[in-house]
Amino acid sequence: MLTLQCPYCGVMAEETELHAGGEAHLTRYGPGSEDQDFESYLFKRENPKGVHFERWRHVNGCGKWFHAARCTVTLEVFGTYPAQTTEPPQDIKDTITAKRPGWSLRNLT
Amino acid sequence: MSTRLATGGRLTDRDIQVKFTFNGKHFRGFAGDTLASALLANDQMVMGRSFKYHRPRGPVASGAEEPNALVNLGKGVHHEPNQRATTTELFDGLAATSQNHWPSLEFDIGAINSQLSRFLPAGFYYKMFIHPRPLWKHVYEPFIRQSAGLGRAPHAETRDPDTYEHFYAFTDVLVVGGGVAGLQAAKAAALSGAKVLLIEQTAHWGGRAPVDGGEIDGMTPEAWVDQTLAELAAMDNVHLRTRCMGAGVYDHGYVLGYERLTDHAPAKDTPRHRLWRIRAKQVITATGAIERPLSFAGNDIPGVMLASAIRDYVVNYGVSLGDRTVVVTNNDDAYRTALLLKSVGLDVPAIIDARPEGGGDLMQEAIAQGIRVEKGRAIGKVKGSKRVTGVTLCSQAGEGGLLDEIACDAVAMSGGWSPVVHLWSHCGGKLTWDDEQAFFRPDLDKAPISHDGAPFVTCAGAANGHIHLSHTLQDADTAGQSAAQAAGFKPKKSQAPQATAQDEAPLVPIWLMPQGAGYGLRSKAWLDYQNDVKVSDVQLAAQEGFESVEHAKRYTTLGMATDQGKLSNINGLATLSHALGEDIPQVGTTTFRPPYTPISMGAIAGEARGEVFQPIRQTPMHDWHAENGAYWEPVGHWRRPYCFQQSGESVEQAVHREVMATRDSLGLLDASTLGKIIVKGPDAGRFLDMLYTNMMSTLKPGKCRYGLMSTENGFLTDDGVVARIDEDTWLCHTTTGGADRIHAHMEEWLQTEWWDWKVWTVNVTEQYAQIAVVGPNARKLLEKLGGMDVSADALPFMGWADGELGGFPCRVYRISFSGELSYEIAVPASLGRAFWDRLREDGAEWNATPYGTEALHIMRAEKGFIMIGDETDGTVIPQDLGLDWAISKKKDDYLGKRAQERSHMTDPDRWKLVGLETLDGSVLPDGAYAIASGKNANGQRNTQGRVTSTYHSPTLNKGIAMGLVLHGPDRMGEVIEFNTTAGGTVKAKIVSPIFYDPDGEKQNV
Repeated sequence: MLTLQCPYCGVMAEETELHAGGEAHLTRYGPGSEDQDFESYLFKRENPKGVHFERWRHVNGCGKWFHAARCTVTLEVFGTYPAQTTEPPQDIKDTITAKRPGWSLRNLT
Repeated sequence: MSTRLATGGRLTDRDIQVKFTFNGKHFRGFAGDTLASALLANDQMVMGRSFKYHRPRGPVASGAEEPNALVNLGKGVHHEPNQRATTTELFDGLAATSQNHWPSLEFDIGAINSQLSRFLPAGFYYKMFIHPRPLWKHVYEPFIRQSAGLGRAPHAETRDPDTYEHFYAFTDVLVVGGGVAGLQAAKAAALSGAKVLLIEQTAHWGGRAPVDGGEIDGMTPEAWVDQTLAELAAMDNVHLRTRCMGAGVYDHGYVLGYERLTDHAPAKDTPRHRLWRIRAKQVITATGAIERPLSFAGNDIPGVMLASAIRDYVVNYGVSLGDRTVVVTNNDDAYRTALLLKSVGLDVPAIIDARPEGGGDLMQEAIAQGIRVEKGRAIGKVKGSKRVTGVTLCSQAGEGGLLDEIACDAVAMSGGWSPVVHLWSHCGGKLTWDDEQAFFRPDLDKAPISHDGAPFVTCAGAANGHIHLSHTLQDADTAGQSAAQAAGFKPKKSQAPQATAQDEAPLVPIWLMPQGAGYGLRSKAWLDYQNDVKVSDVQLAAQEGFESVEHAKRYTTLGMATDQGKLSNINGLATLSHALGEDIPQVGTTTFRPPYTPISMGAIAGEARGEVFQPIRQTPMHDWHAENGAYWEPVGHWRRPYCFQQSGESVEQAVHREVMATRDSLGLLDASTLGKIIVKGPDAGRFLDMLYTNMMSTLKPGKCRYGLMSTENGFLTDDGVVARIDEDTWLCHTTTGGADRIHAHMEEWLQTEWWDWKVWTVNVTEQYAQIAVVGPNARKLLEKLGGMDVSADALPFMGWADGELGGFPCRVYRISFSGELSYEIAVPASLGRAFWDRLREDGAEWNATPYGTEALHIMRAEKGFIMIGDETDGTVIPQDLGLDWAISKKKDDYLGKRAQERSHMTDPDRWKLVGLETLDGSVLPDGAYAIASGKNANGQRNTQGRVTSTYHSPTLNKGIAMGLVLHGPDRMGEVIEFNTTAGGTVKAKIVSPIFYDPDGEKQNV
């Protein structure tokens, strides 16, 4: 059972306090978009062995959505940050690079 | 025979006799006995029958690893199967019965399987029962289910009378295992000031050391244990718990402990088991090691036991397994058993040492005691059936040629030791093969990782591969200090205890005895006692191509019994790797999974049972419903009255009466469970336009609008009436089950996609009681209450107003889900019951009739209103339901709009909503399919539609239904056929889904 620190209320939250929300940093495609883009947005998800960015909600806590950068192999958490962003903050990316040189996921490096 | 020795038994109190029964027979033991030691003291060696061949079995071990001595414990509602006699503490009145035999333990018909064992090899069931196919379901499966299993499962209707609880604990360092290593590790960690929790699965501290001997800091191990325990008990930062097993290690320092509080003392008035949910910064597993059996023919005959277990029974309980014990070994440790037996006056006819050079100091001591030591020798086979009568001696290097026969009534075997690496491995700790000691030990460089990327588990003592006492304590001290440091504390420099024990010569791995044993011997050499897996079975699996250890395990069932292969794992792996011609580390191990030993379902459930399993949500009028014949229906976490039964009335009659009373005069519905979410802010209108398929921003304050919500993939997910309260405030009604889900849906989009929009949402569902006043006399009742103008002009259809009725502050919505003149009135929840009572009393002159969810459903179906969950099932889009009028054409975007443009969503062949009327007036079966001509690719009848809602309409006195039908709206009047549950078909005509008042004249008055 994971523990993640909620970046809003600061609580080290148990997984039972949290609700998982799948991959983070997806771009929404709406009306007028190409079929392929929309399909990718709606259905295609990364399932990486290693660095991943996920959405979590502190549902049995402050109720806020946040993102977690995490290693799916070792379960190491590189950091958590508010969900109100389109890409991971630089300090999180720096932390990952220090620990997993050469990592990449989608268009993130 | 096995018997109680004249003296001895460090854990028993001979002054206190304890009475118990086994298979109805009365026995006596002593306080401190286990069930196994007490039975052995009474010469009750056979305690059970094996799973497959029904062979008579006695205990082979003395602790948690025991595979054979499984019994039923307790009677009636307290009955529990598959309990290990070796870990069951004796108490007065204990009642145990043996398992897996018929008609009796002594004479078991199933033992015929043992004679047929040649025809029941590994994979027998897979090979035998595959053809012919139909026989599987009707003959084989019932037969196998009948004969499978060990203990008797409790009856399905049994309710466990005991209580259980969960317990949350947080600690800096958790030490699992209270042997000398665990005690020292806990001490070393605690001296740093770290908070330490030390748990031990048995009732006693010290583990094996007091039995095995040696010296620690000049003391006996027992004295050192007492002293260290006293030191730990005096430290405020240390918590000690016995009878508490470390069951599993999980992500980020989460550990489950399983504490047995009353299993040894059933009269105690506390929970029976406690599940510890521990968060530890660092975990030290000091779980010791388990001795391995040797694989020789007849190694399962009662009287053959692990050498260390024989020592345990003598030292801990003063019980001897036999008068003449042959010791067979590949290491020095087993010599301790021989020397101990000799010292208490028992006979050791021979020590059979498979090593050509024999052992070291301990061997010399044995020889000096006059014990015959046979080097380079092996047991050919054990003689006897329900009891060992002797062994044959042969050369280990040969094929079993008889050298001698030795009469004996017990055999002490030792194949070396395996560290208990289970907890280390649960969360990903890797193992490394130690060639010298022939076991897997933790690879400390590949430890389980916590959230910060640092290791959070370490091992101490024998569990870490440091079997010898002189190394155990040094290693434990280091482990304790480094765990404290990793948890953020500064360890104190201290001297590890100095321990000494006799030096031991190296062991020689022996995986089969003798090494050239033929089939006859190999097929009687047991690896897994509980599941009856022998050396020959694993070899057969390898021969048949099951090369992966995980495959071989499942094919042979090696290690899949309730003991999870604690004794058989390494011997099985070695046998497999030998058969494959590979090294043991290449073959690898199977996965260790929690729990370490089985834990009770009660402990897992904890307090979550009965009423607290899932608390029920209640409306302010709940008590009135309960007192007035409510026939409950679960809706989400709520209970809602399905109908209110009057005396002598059936459910159907009650529903019929409620519908007719409402349509004719006046009905009252408790609608409080309906979701109510306030959406407020400068961008609230824009937000709701994205959320609903229709336009909500243009709604005028004081007005209501029915709205639909789709998910981003286009499917209809919820519906409800939205009221605009003021310029920047809307109130969204959701379905009863949808309130929390929809509120979460709103928050998700607001927080993660449109976080710059100024919108605030609040779920106020439980703040209000809401009552629907429905029927032609609804307005008359409200006018009688008085206080606000509820006329058609002042409060038209789809309008709302704040005001007062009969002195109650309220908000009145003029909306209708029944097709009648209808007002939904919200009052503060605290006034709900009083308002409900007032409406019933003042409405009595119009026969005001409370109605339930079924009348609600029927009346909405008569009007052709859809119901989320009936007409929708997660694959239905609003367009399927003819709700195009509720989908805004003006909006550029809303959730689901893009998806609804996908080719499959716009396919004209999608099934569409219609009404259905059977020709004979009967009620269509719910969910029935409309059949079409021809068959599909799977040879099934083609279908062209299905029923989504179906009722008997009291108003129209016939069956009415809604359904989704291929090209349905274009086929009005056509008759199609539906399957019935009885197997036939029924004809139904496609009609408009609006069966009642199609022009809406009744609701709009």
